Order: sequence, then structure tokens, then C-alpha cells
Amino acid sequence: MTYTQMSMAEIRVLLDDKQLSSRELTEAYLRRIEKIEPRLHAYIKVTPEQALADADAADSRRAAGQCLSAIDGVPMALKDIFCSEGVVTTCASKILYNYQPPYDATCWAKLKAGGAVLLGKCNMDEFAMGSSTENSAYGVTHNPFDPDYVPGGSSGGSAAAVAADLAAYTLGTDTGGSVRQPAHFCGVVGIKPTYGRISRYGIIPYASSLDQAGVLAKSCYDAATVLEIASGQDRMDSTSAPQPVGAYREACGRSVAGMRIGVPREFCGEGVQSAILDELWAAVDKLRAQGAAVEEVSLPHTPYALPVYYVLACAEASSNLARYDGVRYGLREAADNVYDMFAASRSAGFGAEVKRRIMLGTYALSSGYYDAYYNKTLQVRTLIKQDYDRVFADGFDALLTPPAPSQAFRLGEKVDDPLTMYLQDVCTVPVNLAGLPAIVVPVALHQGLPLGLQLIGAPFAEEKLFTAGSAIESARLVPSGL
Amino acid sequence: MSENKIITAADVEYVAKLANLRFDEAEKAETAVKLGAILEYMQQLNAIDVTGVAATTHVLELTNVFREDAVGESLSNSSALANAPDKDGAYFKVPKII
Repeated sequence: MTYTQMSMAEIRVLLDDKQLSSRELTEAYLRRIEKIEPRLHAYIKVTPEQALADADAADSRRAAGQCLSAIDGVPMALKDIFCSEGVVTTCASKILYNYQPPYDATCWAKLKAGGAVLLGKCNMDEFAMGSSTENSAYGVTHNPFDPDYVPGGSSGGSAAAVAADLAAYTLGTDTGGSVRQPAHFCGVVGIKPTYGRISRYGIIPYASSLDQAGVLAKSCYDAATVLEIASGQDRMDSTSAPQPVGAYREACGRSVAGMRIGVPREFCGEGVQSAILDELWAAVDKLRAQGAAVEEVSLPHTPYALPVYYVLACAEASSNLARYDGVRYGLREAADNVYDMFAASRSAGFGAEVKRRIMLGTYALSSGYYDAYYNKTLQVRTLIKQDYDRVFADGFDALLTPPAPSQAFRLGEKVDDPLTMYLQDVCTVPVNLAGLPAIVVPVALHQGLPLGLQLIGAPFAEEKLFTAGSAIESARLVPSGL
Repeated sequence: MSENKIITAADVEYVAKLANLRFDEAEKAETAVKLGAILEYMQQLNAIDVTGVAATTHVLELTNVFREDAVGESLSNSSALANAPDKDGAYFKVPKII
């Protein structure tokens, strides 16, 4: 096994035993990126100089016996939505083509303080709006298991980079499934923690009441390691949660005996690919064999989650993206007066899907439609959340579901039909609406493409997700064609 | 492409103005069709009765988060202006407003 294929837990042993330096490891990743990246395009920008400097600093610390954390010296990457001081952050948009953030996102600052080595910034759908990474202003990312297929989205570059061993782990963001669906499509672990678990400060916003950062990694244990460091309350984000950060690593591999797992029938109906349901029932058998109780449950408002999500997310986006006006940063188009400059800059800088969502959100918030769309969705959101409150109050520890209706689809297959693309998110958006944590773990390869399953937990029950997730995750799925 | 009943090209023009966006005639027609299909899908929300249901604006049970109103560290003027497309001294510079 090469160094880049190893999990972070395996790498850590070699680093600690001085059998391998962070520089050697980083060079191995940079060589792999040079070789594979032209075929995948998982990165918008690779930062080799910074990576090697970070690696040398980590080696010096280790030599002095001052290792900072479990991630010290391990090469990783960030979705290009996280502000990183000194590294251009585009959010995959032309409107931020030259944006140099003057500060670090809090979660990135925490990983940096733990000794993270930054390899670069990963490709994504522009402003995290999309489910295939085809909406990037900087080109599409290919699925490492088959280049004709999408990696999922919006954190498609982050998922592809982990799957193809172009980073040990990555950070992504998840507003309606953008960490979990690409994890499923690329065969890696993806966790979206509870809303507020990770500070949103310095993460370019899409829909603030739904946005949450997450981790993509090669195993539950690796994801747990990173989540422990990235999480925590932050004075720069008043919506960050005060609850103490859990012992996520210890939760991995713990026995599931006595756990109660629900399978919501609304997620397992028509329209879900049969191979995914087959794997779901196989996982149920596995959990039962290990002593967990598995029962069917009902979340009756599930069918309404998708329309609620798209009204709310677009409404919040139309407000959040009003800041891009060519005044303080980013693209400016020349015009004779300031109003023409706003409209010209925005029209030239945003891609088609971003404009569509701004339009949809503006329409839903406009006079005459506000009550029918925006207010109504806030009320239905309550009903969706109450479904979950009820199930968890009944004593269920986690819910097992498909992460999406299908495996990865072909590049170009859905990109011209926004509604069909939106339907991809049907299994993931309810989780964001209710603010819950959820993890996707890989379980099998089917017809050459990965397949994962989703576990949803009560607020701040990430530990249970790591326990149940590590009980059903497969051995690492490795793409063969690279 | 046929004109949609829910949203017309004229509606698109009005909403675009609110959103500070511009579309040419072909884009307006296409936007009307695509937004129309999405809005039609959203009509299913009409089927659900929400009488007496409180709105959820935030999922966490958080109340206002307060802190002392003390002067702290903040971005310097030069670093706040570093990304500006145009500036003049300590200010952002824009084309004429009135």
C-alpha cells in the first residue's frame, strides 16, 4: 500500500515512529495530484509551496516532541468555499475570481492550529448550488470510479479528492446534502454534524439557516478525528452551539448492541434504485446480528421537504448573494452609474444556476408571494422537524436511509433540467431543515460505482452516528482505473 | 418554448430588476419556463394545512447571544480595501450614484 492510500490513522503511526516525514508524505500527495488531477479536476487550485512549508514545520515540531494534534502534518484540502488567508477563494464563481480573504474561516483556523497541511482548494458547484459539481465556473470534476460520471455535489471536488487519494481528508459544506451525496457517489465517509456544531464564520454563505460544514474522509475514524478538532462554539458565529464536543473517535467501533435504529418507510419507496435498498436491508441484517434493534418508522411530512428546502434555500440565497455588487471585492463591470454597475457585474459574474436560485428566492420573497411561499415553508419546516423530534423522543438512536435515490449519474445527464437535478436531494434535505447530524458511509460497489447509506441522528448525537456508521461501513472502496 | 402560466417573461423582468440581474429576451423566456416548472412543483405545498403551526426560523433552541460591547481587534483599513476593484485613499470608489 502506498502512503497516499493509507487512512490518517495508519499514517499517524508512521509519522509518530519517524518512519515517514510529513514532507515525504506531502511530496507523495503532490506527485499523485500531478499525475491524476488532469483527468479528475478535483481541485480549483493546488498550493504546493504552502503545503511543503507546512509539512516542514510539522516535521520540526515532531522532531522537537511538540506534535500539535492527531492531524499534525497530514495533507488535506478545503472546498473552495472556506476563506483561507493568502489563498484565493472563488466559491467556484467568476464573481470571486480574484478574492483573497483577509482572514481564515474558524474551522480552517482550528485545523491549521492542529498542524494541517493544505494541499489546495477543491472544486464545487458555484456557491454550493448544485448536486453534480457541473455548475463550477472552473470546469467539471469527474468521478474517480468512472470519468463519465459526476462526483456528486456540491462538494464534489472534496469527495473526489479523498476517493482518488489526492488528500487524506477534506472539508466540505452541506446545505441540502452537499457533503453526503458526493460521499455516496465517490465511496467515502461524509459527515454533516448538527447545525451549529462547526462555526460558520468565514464560510461563504448560501442559506444561513441550513449551511453546515462537514468532513469527507477515508473512514469513520478519520472523519471523527477531524470533527473533534473542527467543532466547537465560536464567538464569531452567534449560531454556533455551546454543547461540548463529543469523543467521536472513541465512539467508532463501539458495540451497537442495544441501539434502536429506525428505517423510515417514506425514504424507501418507489423511485429508489433497488441496489440501494438491497444494501440497506443487508445493513439492517448486519446491525441486527450485532445486537441492534431495527424497526420501521414513519416521518409523514418527508414528501414536502424538497419544495420547502428549495423555497427556503433560494430565499436565503437571494438575500446572502446581494453582497456581490462589485464594490468591495470580486468582479466589477464598467458602467456609467452605480446601479448599472451592480447589475452588469452580477449578470457577468454569476452562472446560470446561481441566477436561477436568486430569481426563485427573490420571487418567493416579493410582495404578494411572501406569505404563500416563504412563510408557508417556515411552517411546514416545523412539521418536518416535529416528525424527527417524535421519533427520537420515542427512543430511536439513529435512522437508516438511502443517501440519494440512485448512484452517480452521467455527466450532462441532468444539468439542463434543474427540477430533475433538485430531485436528487430528496433524501438529504430533510436533515438540514431539521438541523440534525447525519453521516454517509460507503457499503458496496455496484456495477463499478460506489454506494453508501445514510444514518441520521438526534441533535448532537454524532457519537451514535459514528458507532452505527463504523458498524456498517465497508472496507475502503478504491477506484481501479486511476 | 411555450409561455408558462405561473410566471411570464414580464414577471421575470420585474423580479430581475429586484434582484439586480439582467437577462436578454431569450434568457427571459428560458428563465420563465424553468422557473415555472419549479414553481409548479412547489404548488404541492398548497395541499398541506398549516393553520396554527408556528414558523421555524431557527433549529437550535438559542436565545439572543450577548457579549460586552468592547472594542476588539478588527480588519485594518488597508486589508479591508485590499480586494476593492477601485479605491481612493481610505474609501471604496464607485461610479456616480446620482
